[in-house]
Amino acid sequence: MSAMVLCAALPGLDPLTGGEVLVAQNVAFAVIGLTMVAAALRMVTTTNVVHAALYLVIVLAGAAGLFILLGAEFVAVTQVLVYIGAIVVLFLFGIMLTRGSYGTDEDVGRERHLMAALVGVLVLGVTAGSLVDTFRDAELARSAPSTAAQIGDSIFGQYIVPFEAISVLLLAALIGAVVVARSD
Amino acid sequence: MLLNQFLLLSAVLFAIGVYGVLARRNGVLVLMSIELILNAVNINLVSFAAFREAVPGEVFALFVVAVAAAEVGVGLAMVLLLYRNRRNIDLTEIDLMRG
Repeated sequence: MSAMVLCAALPGLDPLTGGEVLVAQNVAFAVIGLTMVAAALRMVTTTNVVHAALYLVIVLAGAAGLFILLGAEFVAVTQVLVYIGAIVVLFLFGIMLTRGSYGTDEDVGRERHLMAALVGVLVLGVTAGSLVDTFRDAELARSAPSTAAQIGDSIFGQYIVPFEAISVLLLAALIGAVVVARSD
Repeated sequence: MLLNQFLLLSAVLFAIGVYGVLARRNGVLVLMSIELILNAVNINLVSFAAFREAVPGEVFALFVVAVAAAEVGVGLAMVLLLYRNRRNIDLTEIDLMRG
């Protein structure tokens, strides 16, 4: 306890920014990042659609971990609830209901894969180049994590109109989905 | 932590999502790849929120999650309709509007 107070008194050594915590954060980032990239690659290349949905779960859970690392706890919890809890289940239902496609997504022409990979690599190259050029080694601000109260204040104050628009959008999407998928 | 390590990871995920959208034929898999893209955008928004120490980035990440939920609902309804009418969801075979 007294060590923490002492650390907080010295500039640059408080518990949130101390060297050991930083190393731990970087290790966590490396582990989560590599897992996410590997799972995402497997997701877009696997032939089994159900497996692809499960790889998507890994990617989404990794993103939730990154949000916690960035101090955005509320977004991380929402990510787990909405994405992993609802959207992935919706995907699994979609896979089960379209039985013909279940199992395999058989091979397409090599040319199509090559062109898609080329586009992906180009997108990555351009984005990464401009990012590295713009933000060279900008450090993340390491202050206290944002609380749900701050986010609530922001949503129901400054961003109340977009929030209402999202509500109407969700209602419209709900009705639209029912109308489109209705079986008569 | 550097800002760029998050942005670059997000760029990699975005590129993988673009590859998935372009290369796969299964409609459900294409929708999943779109989720991957939206998720990469969310990581960007939250990293910038942490970088600027501002809450609005996180608010917009929440909005993106809501829009993604709506998009999946409508998209899967369309895939189901497609399946009901054609008995498969291969997107390369949909060429009614090809000139």
